[in-house]
Amino acid sequence: MTEERTAADYEAKLEELAEAFEFLDDWEDRYEMLIELGDELQPMPGALKTDATKVKGCLSQVWVYGSREGETMRYVADSDAHIVRGLVALVMMMFDARSAEAVANVDAKAWLTRLGLDQHLSPGRSNGLHSMIQRVQAIAAG
Amino acid sequence: MAFSLASIRSDFPALHQEVHPGKKLVYLDSAATALKPQSVIDAVVSIYAQDCANVHRGVHALSQRATARVEAARDLVQHFIGAEAREEVVFTRGTTDAINLVAQTWGRANLKAGDEVLVAELDHHSNIVSWQLVCEATGATLKPIPMNDRGEVTVEAFEACLSDKTKVCAFPQVSNSLGTLLPIRQMIELAHSRGAITLVDGAQGIVHSRVNVQELGADFYTFSAHKLYGPTGIGVLYGKRALLEAMPPWQGGGDMIDRVRFEGSTYNDLPFKFEAGTPHIAGVVGLGAAIEYLNALDLDAALQHEADVHAYAIEALETVDGLTLLGKGARQASVLSFVLEGVHPTDAGSLLDARGIAIRTGHHCAQPVMDHFGITGTARASLAIYSGRDDIDALVDGLKRACRMLRR
Repeated sequence: MTEERTAADYEAKLEELAEAFEFLDDWEDRYEMLIELGDELQPMPGALKTDATKVKGCLSQVWVYGSREGETMRYVADSDAHIVRGLVALVMMMFDARSAEAVANVDAKAWLTRLGLDQHLSPGRSNGLHSMIQRVQAIAAG
Repeated sequence: MAFSLASIRSDFPALHQEVHPGKKLVYLDSAATALKPQSVIDAVVSIYAQDCANVHRGVHALSQRATARVEAARDLVQHFIGAEAREEVVFTRGTTDAINLVAQTWGRANLKAGDEVLVAELDHHSNIVSWQLVCEATGATLKPIPMNDRGEVTVEAFEACLSDKTKVCAFPQVSNSLGTLLPIRQMIELAHSRGAITLVDGAQGIVHSRVNVQELGADFYTFSAHKLYGPTGIGVLYGKRALLEAMPPWQGGGDMIDRVRFEGSTYNDLPFKFEAGTPHIAGVVGLGAAIEYLNALDLDAALQHEADVHAYAIEALETVDGLTLLGKGARQASVLSFVLEGVHPTDAGSLLDARGIAIRTGHHCAQPVMDHFGITGTARASLAIYSGRDDIDALVDGLKRACRMLRR
């Protein structure tokens, strides 16, 4: 098990990633970084990968499970494709370990624009980033 | 006329662009949609820039010019597919729309409980679901014609599905997800011998071979312009005149009527009976321009070139470790569907895109095919007359690199 991260850890990691992305002008290199990011995901127990946690609208399979620990939303998520798993890791960095209110107010578009990934956010994109974020926010909204 | 790939490629402006900084487009997704030659783009633009009018009713010059161009396109289609009469060419929104038209008119008027409709296991969802809907409405039964593990539909397998209950046999000329050619001539003959009518989905077929609907004997033949180097949103339903005449109209509206009264209306003659509303004028004219473009080429030489690149691609892909081609029929169109051991197709597709290489990944609207092979999707590279060996070399390099990155 990787160590449980705090919101501050995630923010720092996102900042680091955005800076690294600025230096990479080749998408192959960016994808390589995303793939590595996916490797650091908290493992998602197989029992949580159910039809109920499955996110529709992705070419690959994506599962998102969320629960409330006191005031804090905790998520685990996974995908069977490496690059999408990297996107899942990004979503965790933006949303995990925040209050439900913070989850509702995350400006995902701003982060993704900084990373040059904003075009992946439009509805109908096959990677399902849009659906993933909708799911994460719906869980927090209860 | 000698075939020149460079000359063909110069006709397609979309080929000449960078999709990411420094990454030139390598377009291997022509089975999804083919790129358009400049002459097609010009024809579409000229409809809006000059001959911008509604068709069939106007007495003014622009309307007459637009009408003449739409009807000239119908003649071009008629001759391109070898139809007996221009009235047998109905413009639709595409293949899907054409299949739905037949299912909702011929199907609803003729199918009843106990009847059987045959579609192919390797079919596109458009053919499966269109007939499934009309079966649910009429009580008829939908039966899949099985394929073997090479992705082939054999004449024997088809014959075994036929019975006296069979009323419609609808199947593709070429599988969009596997590239295998179906023995459509024999299938049509067999279906007719049992009194069933036939619909051939030619969306992938007409692109890779010459088609003559009269020689084939198909009752209905459908295709989409956009896979044949024409615009999106326009397609063709060919139907034998007697069948089309007996079919009730589908959509109501302008252009399809003869006389409208509240007690009941009478309908226009073929083909207008099936073309309600203002047609996709620019699309029709663009389709005509695409056919003119192909007519002006040495099409046989162009198709031979495409087949040569296809053969080269099959050999080249074999050098990629852990790659398995699906669709290994005796006769294959230039659609290369494959899986990579330990690599998700969408990862491969994204990493290829990073290099400017466009392929398709997923189930290709053919989930039963994926179920047959026990997979969720494939990567699919598909060729057109403008494809070259360089495209294949780029694909193979990209795949090898993707495998190194993803198999860790």
